[in-house]
Formats: sequence, structure tokens, C-alpha cells
Amino acid sequence: MRTFKRPESLYDNSTHYCPGCGHGIAHRLVAQVIDELGIREKVIGVAPVGCAVVAYDYWNFDCSEAAHGRALAVATAIKRVHPENIVFTYQGDGDLAAIGTNETIHAANRGENLTVIFINNAVYGMTGGQMAPTTLLHQKTSTSLEGRNAALHGYPLKISEMLALLPGVCYIERVAFDSPQGILKAQQAVKLAFENQINNLGFSLVEILSPCPTYWGLNPKAALDWIQEVMKKEFPLGRLK
Amino acid sequence: MGKIKILISGNEAIAQGAIQAGCNFYAGYPITPQNELIAYMAKNLTQAKGVFIQAESELAAISMVYGASAAGARAMTSSSSPGISLKQEGISYLAGAKLPAVIVNIMRGGPGLGNIAPAQSDYFQATRGGGHGDYQTLVLAPGSVQEAYDLTQTSFDLADKYRLPVMILGDGILGQMMEPVTLSARKIKVLPLKSWALTGCRGRKPNIVKSFFLREGDLEKFNLELQKNYALIRRQEERYEALYLKDAKIILVAYGSMARIAKSALMQLRGLGKKIGLIRPISLWPFPQKPFQLKNKKIKFLVVEMSYGQMLDDVRLAVCGRQKVEFLGRSGGGVLNEEEIIKKVRELVSS
Repeated sequence: MRTFKRPESLYDNSTHYCPGCGHGIAHRLVAQVIDELGIREKVIGVAPVGCAVVAYDYWNFDCSEAAHGRALAVATAIKRVHPENIVFTYQGDGDLAAIGTNETIHAANRGENLTVIFINNAVYGMTGGQMAPTTLLHQKTSTSLEGRNAALHGYPLKISEMLALLPGVCYIERVAFDSPQGILKAQQAVKLAFENQINNLGFSLVEILSPCPTYWGLNPKAALDWIQEVMKKEFPLGRLK
Repeated sequence: MGKIKILISGNEAIAQGAIQAGCNFYAGYPITPQNELIAYMAKNLTQAKGVFIQAESELAAISMVYGASAAGARAMTSSSSPGISLKQEGISYLAGAKLPAVIVNIMRGGPGLGNIAPAQSDYFQATRGGGHGDYQTLVLAPGSVQEAYDLTQTSFDLADKYRLPVMILGDGILGQMMEPVTLSARKIKVLPLKSWALTGCRGRKPNIVKSFFLREGDLEKFNLELQKNYALIRRQEERYEALYLKDAKIILVAYGSMARIAKSALMQLRGLGKKIGLIRPISLWPFPQKPFQLKNKKIKFLVVEMSYGQMLDDVRLAVCGRQKVEFLGRSGGGVLNEEEIIKKVRELVSS
């Protein structure tokens, strides 16, 4: 008989995340995959600045904070100092694709043997719902009151597609937390991204379209529908490399 | 075995000193006048089986140093003034996470892009923390290529001992100048044990490297811990050189390359029978208090800097109004020569 248990890599803590937020699922998937691969005592995680800054309050393994956007510079150094450890970053869209674009592109271009979990919820959550690089056209945020306007704000940044062009990159896949099936698919992608590092294959990134009901102004169920009906059109799922 | 002496620039001496001290991680970004340092590391640190990374920016370089230090390495970066401004983000994070690191600033003219001539105008930035928050870095200012080599080694030990970033503050003259250096016989086989480092949690509870304290009261408690450490450093790590203080009527105060020129002026004046002394602060933070505790109220201090008066503030604080403090400085690439110093001293003697 199979029982549904909490992974050893995940503490039994109550969550600080909002109802319907995707971070809790993503934290659990990472923890579950780390357990499955038997690497908890070898893993070093790098937490971002953003809602998930205290990811180490949930994860039962070594972790570091990084300055906003610098997670991949920090992770690069940790991995180079300890090549035998498994090093990953967990970053949001503002962290990875705005303030940290430079660090992201160059770590990928160097082909650093790292795993990146990229949470795309199209908004800055921790600071109160401002426009993110991945905010969709017409999406209203506290800094794009009439909705994102291409003429004023530019377009949603498809950083995963950009990274897929780089020869140093091994694996990129976009998944979505819009359904139980989507979550299972995400788990497989996260696992592959860690396996690639174990097999020394280079830079792997999983982009997860993740709900932020609070700053989308939707209830949790409607947020999942929005991913399915709107977000996936702009950010198509699948393997990009 | 005889001692080995080599002819080497200040930039290279700092790099060689770092390797000698067991530095096993360096990340940097090119900027003049410190490029010999990064080039030396690219070649020699790699040969010494350390990690060398040319980063995509100063921001990335200092965050790489943060990561390497968190992983337990002896980590270093180097730059010059505009690049050091960018590194302030990471330096504040290093201080906030209690991570040891060595940061080299070979100062050039500012503000802005300034020029590539030697300057000492980053003194305030270096000695007042530099980035955001209530923190200090320990700052050492070598006055010769040999001292640059020796103090770099000391910097790594101090960084590990007190768990904070240490800055080596030099200038373009020191970085570019070549002098003979006697290599030390010091051999580091095992680095100090760092039980807090990130190595994977085998057989222990997870280690967390962080500077975020959201719960009420936690950050204040942490900051008080930092202050306690700084107080200890103030008590234990004052470094300076003092010359002819006993009978001196005028005491020159200068650091780094400027102190060499001041010393040369001092020797000329002594040769003429003038009672001149010199204080050369070697630790700029903590700023040496001891040599300034002089009772004779008729003494005058003359602070000489390649800036418009930055260390001057610290001298005034140390003297605390007991004696007169005068100033002579040039900046933006201007370097005072002996004659200018001697002229100023003569004015002070006759006034």
C-alpha cells in the first residue's frame, strides 16, 4: 500500500503563503524529488529575494540567501567550490528575469552545472503586486493601473525561450500548476533538472507558471482557470530545449 | 634555505599574498588600475588549484565571493573605485551574513568614472561601512609592495577570525609600482574549520546563511552582536607606524602611498634639524587612537591625503580638540610631492 507522506526534506511547518499560492506546491515538489534522488545531505539551495526568501524555513537541508537577482552568481560559486554537492536556485520572475537577468544569462551561458526552479507568477508578490517582466499585456497591477501597455511597458519577457538559445544550456521546460496533471508533469521536470546535474550535463531550468490569487485579484479556482485560459497562451508549455 | 626575493608590482603582490594565504576562490571584473591582479589570479590561482571566475559584472563578482565564502572557501575579489561602488551591495550582504572575505580597492580618481590616476578619495566609503546598514569592514592600507603582500595574508586571517569582510585599501601608485618582495615561508595546508559553512547537511542539522531577520526584535539582537564584534576589533586590531613622535612639534599623518612621500619629506626636514614626526595609520578601521593621545598642546598635526580631507575627520576625532589639526590635500589625479609638503610644514612652523 502507498501512503502519502511528508518528505523528509520538508519541515512540518505552517505556511506563510497566501491561500491558493503556488509556492507551497513548488517547495513540496523540490523536497519530494530531493528525497526520491536520495540527495538531501548533498543539496545546497539558494533562496531568492521575494515571497520565497524564507524557503529555508520549510526545507530540511543547507540553504543560502542571495541578494535580489544574484542567486545564480551565489550558486555558481557554491557549485565551483563544492562540485560534489547538488546546488539549485529557486527564483521568482522579478528576481530571475528583471534584476537578475545578467546573472541568469551568464550562468546559463557558462553552462554552470546547476538546477534552477523558476516560479513565474507574472507579478511581484512580496512587495504588493507590482508589474513584473512576465506580466501579461493588459494585466492590471499596482504599477500598471490600466493594464500592461506594450507601448509604455514593453512585452512579457520570455526569458526561458531566450535561454534556450544558449549553447551552454542543457535543459529547459515550462510547466504549469493549473491542474493535478500539470503538477505531476512539473514534478517530472523538476526531477529531470536535478538528474541532469547529478549526471554533470550542465544548466537546467524549469519554469513553473504558478498562481498568485492575491495579486491577480482572483479566487484560487479562478486563478487556475486564468493560467489555463490566458497565461498558457502567452507562455506555451513544453520542452524548450 | 635562503629567503626568496622577487621584483613584483603591488597588484601582483596582493594576488601572490592571497594565494600564499590559502585563498582558493577569486572572482573579478576588469578595471584599471588593478588589472594585473585579475590577470595574475587567472594564471596562478588556477595553477594552485583554486577557482578563478571572470564575472559578468562587479555585482556578480561580489555575490560569487559571497557564495564561495558561504561554502567555506577563502574568497577574494578586487576592483577600483567605480567597481567598488557596485560591490557595496554584496559587501553589505557579506557583513549581514557574517561571511569572511577579502576585498581589494586600488583607488582611482572620482567621482563618477573619474580617471585612472591614483587617489585616496574612497576613504569615507571604505571606513564607514560603504553599503546600507549598521556595519563595518576592517580596512588595511599597505604602504609598500612588501606590506601589500604581507597584509593580504593577514587580511584572510582577520576575516576568518572575526567573520567579516576585510578591505585592502590601496591606490594606483601602490598597485602599479614594482618593488622587491621577500616571499614568506608560510604554508597553509588546512583552512580554519568553519562549522557554519554550507557543505551539505550530512550528519548534522542544516546550515543557513542569511541576513534576513523579519521577526520583531531579531535584527536588533543580531546588530548588537555585530556591534560587540566591532568593539572587540577596535580594542585588538589598531595598526600603525609612528616615527619621531617623542620630540616632534609637527606630526604628519598620512597612509598608503601618500605616507611614503610624507616620510621622504620628513627625512629631509629632520636632516635640517626640524622636529617633525609621522603617524601612518595602517588599519583605517579601526582607526588607531593610541598614537594621537599626546599631552603637549603645542603640537600641530598635518594631515596629508590624496583627497580633499577624508581621513582628516578621523584624525580630528582622535585628537579631540587637544591640538591643532591642519590639512594638505590634492585629488582627482593630483599627487602631492615632497616640496609641497615641506612648504606647508615651513608655513606651520612660522605661523
